[in-house]
Amino acid sequence: MGELVKVTKVSGTAVAIRGNDIDTDRIIPARYLKEVTFARMGSYPFFDERFDAEGKQKPHPLNDVKYKGASILFVNKNFGCGSSREHAPQALYRFGIQAIVGESFAAIFAGNCTIMGVPAVTVSHEQVELMMKTVEQNPQTRFTVDIENKKITFGETQIATDLPETYRSALTSGSWDSTAMLRANLDQVKKTASRLPYMNRFAG
Amino acid sequence: MAERTLYDKIWQSHTVGILSTGQTQLFIGLHLIHEITTAPAFDMLRENGMDVAFPERTFATVDHIVPTDIRQRPFLDSEAEELTKALEKNVQQFGVEFFGLDSPNQGIVHVIGPQLGLTQPGMTLACGDSHTSTHGAFGTLAFGIGTSQVRDVLATQTLAMDKLKVRQIKVNGSLGTGVYAKDVILSIIRRLGVSGGKGFAYEYGGSVIDRMNMEERMTVCNMSIEGGALVGYVNPDATTFEFLRGRPYVPKGEAFERAANYWKSIASDADAKYDDVVNMEGKDIEPTVTWGINPGQAVGISEKLPRPDEYGDPDGAKKAYEHMGWQPGSPILGTPINVAFIGSCTNSRMTDLRAAAKIAKGRKVKAGIRALVVPGSAEVKKLAEQEGLHNIFKEAGFEWREAGCSMCLAMNPDKLNGREICASSSNRNFIGRQGSPGGRTLLMSPAMVAAAAMNGKVVDVREYQ
Repeated sequence: MGELVKVTKVSGTAVAIRGNDIDTDRIIPARYLKEVTFARMGSYPFFDERFDAEGKQKPHPLNDVKYKGASILFVNKNFGCGSSREHAPQALYRFGIQAIVGESFAAIFAGNCTIMGVPAVTVSHEQVELMMKTVEQNPQTRFTVDIENKKITFGETQIATDLPETYRSALTSGSWDSTAMLRANLDQVKKTASRLPYMNRFAG
Repeated sequence: MAERTLYDKIWQSHTVGILSTGQTQLFIGLHLIHEITTAPAFDMLRENGMDVAFPERTFATVDHIVPTDIRQRPFLDSEAEELTKALEKNVQQFGVEFFGLDSPNQGIVHVIGPQLGLTQPGMTLACGDSHTSTHGAFGTLAFGIGTSQVRDVLATQTLAMDKLKVRQIKVNGSLGTGVYAKDVILSIIRRLGVSGGKGFAYEYGGSVIDRMNMEERMTVCNMSIEGGALVGYVNPDATTFEFLRGRPYVPKGEAFERAANYWKSIASDADAKYDDVVNMEGKDIEPTVTWGINPGQAVGISEKLPRPDEYGDPDGAKKAYEHMGWQPGSPILGTPINVAFIGSCTNSRMTDLRAAAKIAKGRKVKAGIRALVVPGSAEVKKLAEQEGLHNIFKEAGFEWREAGCSMCLAMNPDKLNGREICASSSNRNFIGRQGSPGGRTLLMSPAMVAAAAMNGKVVDVREYQ
C-alpha cells in the first residue's frame, strides 16, 4: 500500500471468450480455492475447459498460441456471475489479462476487478462482436483501452466504452487499492459506529 | 422522514462519508469470515502492519472445506488442513472470535449468523461469500464481497461502495401445498433472469413472503445473487422479532424492546418510492426444477423443456443442452438422478429438514441412489436429532452428516463423479459446480430432492404430501 498506481490505459493484443453468463466456477474451479495464497492462480483460469482429466490440452482460446501474450479479454453478457471468489479475476490477471471488455459484468466480479486495478469496461453487443471478430481474424491486432477517456481504439476504429464514474475515478486516481483511502477516515468511522444503537447493544 | 426504503435508511445511517472517487464509505456492522476467502486478506494486513479495526464485530467459522464424515485432524486432505490452520492462526493473532470444528456453534456461515442472533435488522453485514444476501431476510443489508474487500473490512470496518437502486418484488396470494420458498425464488430468477438484478437491491414482499417463517425468507434472500442482485431483503416484522428473541447475541429484557422498536423503524415506509416494482402470484408457482447450467434455466414440474429459440438466450440454451444431454421438448418429470443432496446455505435448516423428512418418512431411497443430508450447522444437527429426523433419514437410506457446505460446491470430499446427475437443494447448477467437470445438477426444494431420492427420478412432490 505504498505509492498510488494509476490505471489509465491498457494496450496490447487481445483474446475473446464467447458466451453469456460465464460463471466464476467455470473461470476457476472451486478446488483451486484451497490454496492459501493467490500466487499460483495464473495457472488455473478456465482449467476444466482447457484441460481434460489427463491434463491434455483441449481447444480453448487461452490455449491457442495465436493469442499468447494477450492482455485484453473480450467477453459477452453477465461475465463473472456466481461466487464472490476473487480467485476468478486473480486467475485471469495472473495469466496476463490486464483489462476486460464485455457487454456486462456481474456486480461482485466487477467490484473485485476494480479493487485489483483491472478495468472491466462495457460496450454494446455489436461492438464486442466487432472486436471479437477482429481479434479472431487478426490476433496481432493491438487494442488500447483508454480508461481516462472511456474509449477503445484499434487501427482506425474508435469505440466509446462505459464504466461507472466511481470505478473510473478509482482506477485513474490510483485509489482502487482502497484500504489506505478508507483507513484515513478511521476517526469518522468510529463516530458513525457510535451513533448506531446496536454498537452498544441497545443500552438505554 | 417518509417515502424511504429500508435500503435508503440503512445506507444513510451507515454512511461514513463520500470518498474522493465518489463512492460512499459505508460502515459494516458485522463481518463474518470463513476459511476460503480470507487468508490473503490477513496476509495483506500483516504486510502493511495493520490490525483489525473492530475485532469484536468480526466472527469466524469453518464451513466450505470441512469433511462432513471423518472430522479428525489433521484432515486427510492436506490442503484443507493447511487452509484451516491458516484461519486458526489468523483469528488467534488478530483476536477474532472463532467457532471452530469443535464448537457447538460451528456451521455454514449463513446459518450460524442468524442462529446466534448476530445477524440483526438495520445492520450492514459483509462476508467473503456471494450468498451473504441470505442475511437480508432479517432486514439487514448484507453484501457478498471479494478478498480485497475482506481486507478493507478487516482494516477499517468499512467498504467503498456505490448505492444500488431498489426493486420491490411482491409475491401475492398464497402458495399451494408442496410449493416452497425455493420454488418462489427459482420462479423469480426464471422470470427476471440471472442478470436481471444487476444494479438493484431486491426487496421481497407481498402476502406469500409475509407469511413465511425466517428460514423460508432466508432461502429466498439467499439466491438473490443468482438473479444478479447483490443484496436482497425482507422488511423486519413480528416474525423477525420473535425469531431473534432469546438468541445468544440478541439484547435481553428492556434492551430487547428498544431493539425491536429500532428494528420496526428501519422497515420501508408504506409510501416508499421504488425504482421498479414486480408483482407475481403465489398460485402460479409450481414445484420448480432447473434443467440447465444456470439457476434461471428452470421450469415448473408440469412443463416441458424449452426450445432454444423460445428461450431468451438461444446460445445459452444450446450450451446448456450440450452439457446436460437432454432434448428440448422433453418433460422434466421423470428425469433420472444418481445422487440426492439436501443441504447448503440455501436449504439446510430445520424447516428444510422437516419438509424433506416428511416425504422420506416410511419410504426408502431407491436402490443405487447415493443420498445425503448435511445439516447447516452443529446446532441444526442437534435440534434435528432431538426431533428424531436423523432416524427418519437414516431408515430411509440417507447418510446423516456433520455440518458444512459439502456437495454444494464440493470443496470437501463430497463430490459428484463423472456424468452423475444430482437432485440438489443447493443454489448453483453451474458446470462443474458439484466437483465433477461433467457432473449435472438439478436444483429443487429439499422436499423435491427427497421425493426424487425415493423414486430415482424427478417426480412431483405434491403427489407425496
